[in-house]
Order: sequence, then C-alpha cells, then structure tokens
Amino acid sequence: MSTLTTAKPEGPIEKIIRTRITQQYSPTELLVENESYKHRHHAPMQGVSSTETHFRVKIISDKFAGMPLIKRQRDVYALFKHEMQMDGGIHALALVTKTPEELKKK
Amino acid sequence: MFRPFTSNISRLPAAATSQFMRLPLQRPLVAARFITDRARSTIDDAIKQNSLVVFMKGTPDEPMCGFSRAVVQILQMHGVNEIVGVDCLQDPEIREGIKEYTDWPTIPQVYVKGEFIGGCDVMVQMHQSGELHELLVKEGVLEADPDAGEFKRE
Repeated sequence: MSTLTTAKPEGPIEKIIRTRITQQYSPTELLVENESYKHRHHAPMQGVSSTETHFRVKIISDKFAGMPLIKRQRDVYALFKHEMQMDGGIHALALVTKTPEELKKK
Repeated sequence: MFRPFTSNISRLPAAATSQFMRLPLQRPLVAARFITDRARSTIDDAIKQNSLVVFMKGTPDEPMCGFSRAVVQILQMHGVNEIVGVDCLQDPEIREGIKEYTDWPTIPQVYVKGEFIGGCDVMVQMHQSGELHELLVKEGVLEADPDAGEFKRE
C-alpha cells in the first residue's frame, strides 16, 4: 500500500491546519508544508501509515504582537491538541510565528 | 560528551502506579494522559540534577530525529560541551509523560535550571536572536565570552 507522498493534493490534516489557523489568526501570510515524506524512515515513525505526520508552518499575524515566543507556540499547538495526541495524527509541527513588523526587520 | 541520565527508581507495575496518578490542573479530562508517578519523579530528578537537560529522541551522540539533532547541534555550536540527554525512545512513560509534564506536545524539550526553555523552533529562534547565548551565560551553563558582540552592547 505504498502511495506517492510528493506532489500530493492537500490532505485532510493539512486542510484542518489551514482552516483553524486562518480562523484564529487571520494571517497576512500562511505557509503550510507537508514534510512527512522526509521523516517516514525515522525510527519513531515505524508502524505509522499516515502521510500527514510532519508539517512546517509559517504564520505571519498581528495577533502575535506582544506575545512571548513560547506562548505563541503553545497557543498554536493548542489548536491542534487532539490531532497531536491521537495515534497516527500530527507528529511534528515546526512553527515560525512572527508579526508583520518582525518579518520586516529581518 | 554524552553522559546518559539514568534513574535509580525501579519500575512499578502499571496497577501499582495507577493509585498515584494525579489529575493535572487546567486540562480537560478527555485530554489528560495520566503521567505516571515514576515518569514524573524521573523527569523531576533529571531537571533538578542537571543545569541543562534535553529530552530527546536518541542520544546527543546519536540523535534519532532531525529536530533532536538540530537542538544538540545548536547547543554544541554555543560551546555546551556536556549535553545531558534523556532518550525518550527508550522509555514510553517518559516519552508520553514529558509532554504532559511540560504541557508541550512535542519532543525535543530543553530545560535549563529546572525551567522549560522550548523545543526545536524556539531554540533556533533564540539562537538567531542571540537570546540563547545570553540565557546560557546568565544561568551559568556557559562562561561569558568577553569578545562576544552581543555582550558589548550592555
């Protein structure tokens, strides 16, 4: 039951990620990248058949203003609490959480 | 160099630990994962006994996950010579327990002087901003480098 993992259409988990972040943060920029295929051979992934386990997400939103980094990440993780706890759910969510101003400084 | 963290607390059978289970505060019942007493005390000991400890997958010498590897490399880059790692892959109770302990859903997790600092993304961003070096010096994990640019400003 091997499936192609690159150039795949958006899966259900990816869709959930986009929808909830958009609702919560009204981001000026949102990038969601499914990197699961890079991690399939890793030890912790043995026995997992889901092709939606590892994501890289970049959120640029005013709503992060005045918020420490850990709080930003905790809040985003909290949006996906269920998906991160269930078997075969999200295993890793690499986050970049910046405000538009912080992005300009770089 | 890698110094393995070993616990001398013997493993209790699941039935024996269940009566010690504590309900964490501020967490909905359905999401509670019931960290075992053994896991909690092992984690407590690890973060109390070491000024810096990384809960990770694999060991500092042989990380089993890219995120754990990145954290180890960042710390090494900053001159942390002795990284204490707790290999969560070796212990399912710690692997699940640390997530509840910190209220942080992913591994790796870095603790400095008993305090949770962050996971991989936070470490990368603190490294880039210079905050990580500052923190490591402030907490005595590293000695201040008089030549380091970010310390001349103050």
